[in-house]
Amino acid sequence: MIEMQDVWKEYPNGTSALNGISVHIQKGEFVYVVGPSGAGKSTFIKLMYREVRPTKGHIFVNGFNIERLKDRKIPLLRRSIGVVFQDFKLLPKLTAAENVAFALEVIGLSQRQIRRRVEDVLTQVGLEDKMNMLPSQLSGGEQQRVAVARSLANNPAVIIADEPTGNLDPDTSWGIMRLFQRINDRGTTIVMATHNRDIVNSLRRRVIAIEQGIIVRDEQKGLYGYDE
Amino acid sequence: MDMMSKILRHLREGFRNVLRNGWMTFASVSAVTVTLAVLGLTLILAMNAQQMSKYVTNQVQVQAYMHPNASEQAGEQLAQKLRSMPDIASVQVISKEAGMNEMKQEFGQYQDILEQYKSSPLPVQLVIKAKDPSKTLQVANEVRHMPDIDTVRDGKSYIKSLFRTVSVLRTIGIVFVIALLVTSMFLISNTIRMTIFSRRREIEIMKLVGAANWFIRWPFIVEGMLIGVFGAVVPLVILGYGYHVVYDRIHDIPLILSINLVSSGALIAKLAVVLLGIGILLGVWGGVMSVRKFLRV
Repeated sequence: MIEMQDVWKEYPNGTSALNGISVHIQKGEFVYVVGPSGAGKSTFIKLMYREVRPTKGHIFVNGFNIERLKDRKIPLLRRSIGVVFQDFKLLPKLTAAENVAFALEVIGLSQRQIRRRVEDVLTQVGLEDKMNMLPSQLSGGEQQRVAVARSLANNPAVIIADEPTGNLDPDTSWGIMRLFQRINDRGTTIVMATHNRDIVNSLRRRVIAIEQGIIVRDEQKGLYGYDE
Repeated sequence: MDMMSKILRHLREGFRNVLRNGWMTFASVSAVTVTLAVLGLTLILAMNAQQMSKYVTNQVQVQAYMHPNASEQAGEQLAQKLRSMPDIASVQVISKEAGMNEMKQEFGQYQDILEQYKSSPLPVQLVIKAKDPSKTLQVANEVRHMPDIDTVRDGKSYIKSLFRTVSVLRTIGIVFVIALLVTSMFLISNTIRMTIFSRRREIEIMKLVGAANWFIRWPFIVEGMLIGVFGAVVPLVILGYGYHVVYDRIHDIPLILSINLVSSGALIAKLAVVLLGIGILLGVWGGVMSVRKFLRV
């Protein structure tokens, strides 16, 4: 599903973010990526949806060879991946339903198919009553649910989440985690960068720890392992 | 998605964006409106100046007076000869009597003064027009050496300064219009730079959910076109209506100046084509520019 072989990333300003990372993530896995700030977690995540290019090494995601991927084909890669962010990345002037529909128009479904699918995914995240509300009328947790619904809309094989609970209080965070767990139970691969120790230590899954651009730990049902 | 529903989707999105980004749309439309209003006004003046200079240029003619004792028959014969020359467009013979009548009219209430003359003291006069107004002087020189011609009035200095003025005016007009277009480009690109910030997020998210570049670009282009059309309509209505009213008021007054105004229908049609065309071009250019930078993610 996701394969990295000796991946290096150095930014044009000279910062080396990743110094030789190899990892294999199988279909249906749930993986936490942990580590101190600036360790390279975000770069690791961004490589997977080709927001950044590796300086060296090989990356395969959903059968796409990232280093050889032509710019024209990047949209195809991204349609096979759902992405969720700490700051939700919703469009403030669109309703919840429109924010989700946005991702479906891009792949060219008909209006009727879009309407049905939007209703379906918003129901899955428990927002069937708030479909026509603007992000400003929703709580942080609800906004993140809209973002998760949007990432689910294309039926992606992988969902990549960068600190999805970073802006949420503990109760709300658990709500979002239960949602990810349910999505994972149905076979969708989940890769999540997080700083949330309680969640990693309670909902035990594979943990990949990155420090100074290399993988220092990779354990099944691992622990968070940092005191911060 | 098939072609048709794609086109409809981009149109719908473009229209929606115009409504959603209310204030930014207003700012952009205002920039286009101001630009096109000034441009339109310049065009109206330029078109009328062009028309007037053409009229005045056509008025340039040579007046040749024959010897006082030359007969009208001689005048007709000379006219016949002149008409066959390649550079001459027309020759009008004004008989002694006709010349007298003309003078009487010019004298108006004082025409009694002329009553003392039993027969007209005026010579036969030929009014000659060159085919090409700029060759008037050349024609005058040829006529000067014809037999029976006494004096020739070619308006030498008048013609020279007229042509110089016309060409200077034309150059000033062209420079002014170009300067105006360049200024408006800056004005509009500035407005777009302000809108970019609010659009950044939108484009970023579109790219993240896998939108192809053209899919992102089209609604912006539609939006730009709409801004261009809206921006053109206001100055078009104001200038068109204003010109119509002014034209109606003064084109009946028998001044040479007003007789030669471009008719309002013809002017409005030309103005509509130019303003809408430039408005749409500016809008589309702005739309393309505002996405260009952010498509490289």
